Amino acid sequence: MTAVSKVLDVAGVTKRFGEHEVLCDVSFQVDKGETVCVLGPSGSGKSTLLRCINWLERPDAGHIYLNGKPVGVMASGAVMHDRELSRLRTHIGMVFQHFALWPHLTVLQNVTEAPIQVQKRPKAEAIDEALALLAKVGLADKRDAFPARLSGGQKQRVGIARALAVRPDVLLFDEPTSALDPELVGEVLVVMRELAREGMTMVVVTHEMGFARDAATRVIFLDRGRVVETAPPDRFFAQPQTERARQFLQRYAGSANGANGR
Amino acid sequence: MIRDFAVVWGERSLLLSGLANTTVLSVLAASCALMLGIVLTPALMARRRVIALPVRIFVDGMRCVPFLLFAYIVYYGLPSLGLRLDNWSSGLAALIVYNTAYMAEILRGAWQAQPREPIEAGIAFCFPEARLFRRIILPPLLLTAGPVLGNQMIQIIKDSAFLTIIALPELTHAASSIQSRHYVPFAAFITAVLLYWGLCLIVEAGVSAIGRRAEARR
Repeated sequence: MTAVSKVLDVAGVTKRFGEHEVLCDVSFQVDKGETVCVLGPSGSGKSTLLRCINWLERPDAGHIYLNGKPVGVMASGAVMHDRELSRLRTHIGMVFQHFALWPHLTVLQNVTEAPIQVQKRPKAEAIDEALALLAKVGLADKRDAFPARLSGGQKQRVGIARALAVRPDVLLFDEPTSALDPELVGEVLVVMRELAREGMTMVVVTHEMGFARDAATRVIFLDRGRVVETAPPDRFFAQPQTERARQFLQRYAGSANGANGR
Repeated sequence: MIRDFAVVWGERSLLLSGLANTTVLSVLAASCALMLGIVLTPALMARRRVIALPVRIFVDGMRCVPFLLFAYIVYYGLPSLGLRLDNWSSGLAALIVYNTAYMAEILRGAWQAQPREPIEAGIAFCFPEARLFRRIILPPLLLTAGPVLGNQMIQIIKDSAFLTIIALPELTHAASSIQSRHYVPFAAFITAVLLYWGLCLIVEAGVSAIGRRAEARR
């Protein structure tokens, strides 16, 4: 493993909300092309971890490195200038639990908005690329629809296309299927599996054990703000090393063989 | 009675110029107040108290002053502070400043009712603050607040009638000139009321057009 291949390096991240320590010295690295699934009971700090990675929350301690460069705080410890921070963060794509599409923009405009407005890419190029991405997630025919007219699964696929449009080095998924009706989960997972196969670097917070089992290159098990276990999925699911992971998996035993796969 | 209305008809050019003045005054006041309100809204929502507090005081203060009194202060009061404005300027200024407070408060309320995630997505996608407000936060605000902003527009049209007291030749002023000249109070004032009503209908048509746009996006 050369230093160059590490897209994301989370080093000793700690986050407190008041007295409550949500994340405690969390460290892990993500190589290029990996799909890392972050599993754990609710309240274990999974979402906060993602929010710290893209600086929506500021960690109280620790560092985030993207392609070897520190995000948010410089090596000297000085807080990074906003513009510099944006330049780095724009290479982190994010998919939200409740889709978070912009309601006043059409599907196509949702996808082109950040490339045009933030990355200042030429409009025609951004539109071409957005149309290709919409075709990829199977929504080319919805380009002029407003998000309100889409089903949850369609909204989330637009969310994924929007995140891909900024040409991210790493894509963060915050429970992308938790807000969906069960019958709509599959269409989103199909797209995510496709991305994993194509070698997109992804960090996925999820409760979809089926997805973690067969799409993840690595599973990180988080409990009470700490990384309790890190393992390839086959080993994690077959032989969890810790009691807490075993208990967690037992609770999910029903959905692990999931009806939500394909 | 019919004859009274005939008298009013005879003065139609006076009424129409009053109507035109009321329209110009209201449209100018509403658009300026809305624009200034848009500028003040982020300040009202600011986390830093040094920014939020003065704006909060202005907004709350304005909302507690009767408009008539405020117009008196601008027209009769400011000259004693050395600022003398003619009746058009002071009338327009009073309408704008007074309604800026309302517009800002309306938009602040709409902002607080917005779901947090789309705004957060804007932050995650690295929109700089000003662009985040202009591109991501503001458009849904204007759409959802449309009906309330329309109400405020109607309020502005009605408040503009107070400006007759500073001799601004708007619709109410025209109606009272006609009634004092010919002593036809009922016909003159009813005609004015109907014309105000017509203006409000136009505003409401505009509001429902915005409402339809908002509906498609909800």
